[in-house]
Amino acid sequence: MDAKIVVNEIKKSFKDLPVVGGVSLDVRDGEFVAIVGPSGCGKSTLMKIIAGFEQPSEGEVRIDGEVRRGPNPKGIAISQHGSVFPWLTVQQNLMFGLTGDGHGDKSALADHYAEMVGLKGFESSYPHELSGGMLKRVELARALVVKPEILYMDEPFSALDALMNLKMRTELLRILAEERHTVILITHDVEEALFMADRILVLSPRPTRIQATFEVPQSHPRKLSQPQFQEMKEQILRELGVTI
Amino acid sequence: MEKLKKILPPLAVLAALIALWWIVVVQTESVIFPTPLQVVTGTLELAEDGTLWEHIGASLFRVGTGFGLAAAVAIPLGLWMGRVDGAYTTLNPIFQILRPISPIAWIPLAILWFGVGNLSPVFLIFIAAVFPMIVQTAAGVHTIERRYLRAAENFGVSRTTLFRQVIIPAVLPEIIVGMRIALGVAWLVVVAAEMIALRSGLGYLIMDSRNAGNRYDLVIAGMIIIGVIGLILDAVMRKLEGLKSVRWRYGR
Repeated sequence: MDAKIVVNEIKKSFKDLPVVGGVSLDVRDGEFVAIVGPSGCGKSTLMKIIAGFEQPSEGEVRIDGEVRRGPNPKGIAISQHGSVFPWLTVQQNLMFGLTGDGHGDKSALADHYAEMVGLKGFESSYPHELSGGMLKRVELARALVVKPEILYMDEPFSALDALMNLKMRTELLRILAEERHTVILITHDVEEALFMADRILVLSPRPTRIQATFEVPQSHPRKLSQPQFQEMKEQILRELGVTI
Repeated sequence: MEKLKKILPPLAVLAALIALWWIVVVQTESVIFPTPLQVVTGTLELAEDGTLWEHIGASLFRVGTGFGLAAAVAIPLGLWMGRVDGAYTTLNPIFQILRPISPIAWIPLAILWFGVGNLSPVFLIFIAAVFPMIVQTAAGVHTIERRYLRAAENFGVSRTTLFRQVIIPAVLPEIIVGMRIALGVAWLVVVAAEMIALRSGLGYLIMDSRNAGNRYDLVIAGMIIIGVIGLILDAVMRKLEGLKSVRWRYGR
């Protein structure tokens, strides 16, 4: 079977500054790929290109064999600062993507996902009345409601406090076990990647390319205190230029 | 109790000012400058024979009409200028030149074009209110954060949904600020316009009271009423800022 996402030798420069220097990768349907890299290496730019918000200077991205021209609801992006609309209630946010017909009972669908991510009882709240963790749940549910095949997550939990960060990882895995999405996760948190991903790609500094690949075949739930994870963590950190 | 604590100091200062005014008038034995009591009785006189309500009504009607027309023009125009770069770069310099011209400077032209009826002050209020609202609305569109527009693009929503559920609500807080500024200016302008060209309204009341027998009690009564109505108009606009769907913008 063909890969879900094919990234083919993409390069991106802003004026004369090369940011992405030739990245190729294939992502299988249902696979969870984490991309880690040093800060400022161009991983967010890479993600914007894969998600369709920016065009590459060279190369192409294909989703299900089709060349990507722009974003669409087949793959929803979730970013660090979030984009939950502060002027809409939780319920209105969840139903935002459900325009047009063919979604059946929209509010029932919104309710279903509100329940799944633990937002029951908060449907009529406004985002500014919610905590950071709850906002993430709204964002996640709003994405899931439109039944995307792919989730593009750019440091989705890094604005949360450490405890909430850990909690949301587990929540995300639970949700993904119910509905198998293809996920690309950008992060600078190696443990986050080890905890969730099937495969971890390490990016080089700018202009970025893939420097190393790690397969993580262990089943979930994973215990990161186990020696094989610790060893892999050290290897990844070494690739990132950190020795511990 | 908390409210009382907040309201007490300004009330105390106000009472002190009135007392001071009273003492000075009595001490200087002024024959022309009224005491606070004379202002109150003068106001009651006007209220009883109904002319006060007519003047207030005339002023409010002019402001309402001019302000309403200005909002109807400025909000769509501001949204359009905010979304379409060509429209912004073409029109913005023109508005930036027109905006600092005091609406009072338009009075001669208003009289020339619209005569001394109701149309002139409505036109002046329109001029006064339209520019702040255009500028504020367009600026509001420009400050919509990219992440919200990206999300809308990502979900592939229609243009109508984009406007109704993203752009308009995102700009609404700015529009309300623009309306508040505009209404304040409009209220300033209506009084000035009525002083020069008209036979009704609170501005006319002030000028007429002076010209027809130095009724300074009514001059001051008119001034105070203008101030109080301005305060009420501003309070109404502030109420709009408290709406749940716009509160996210004005701090937590």
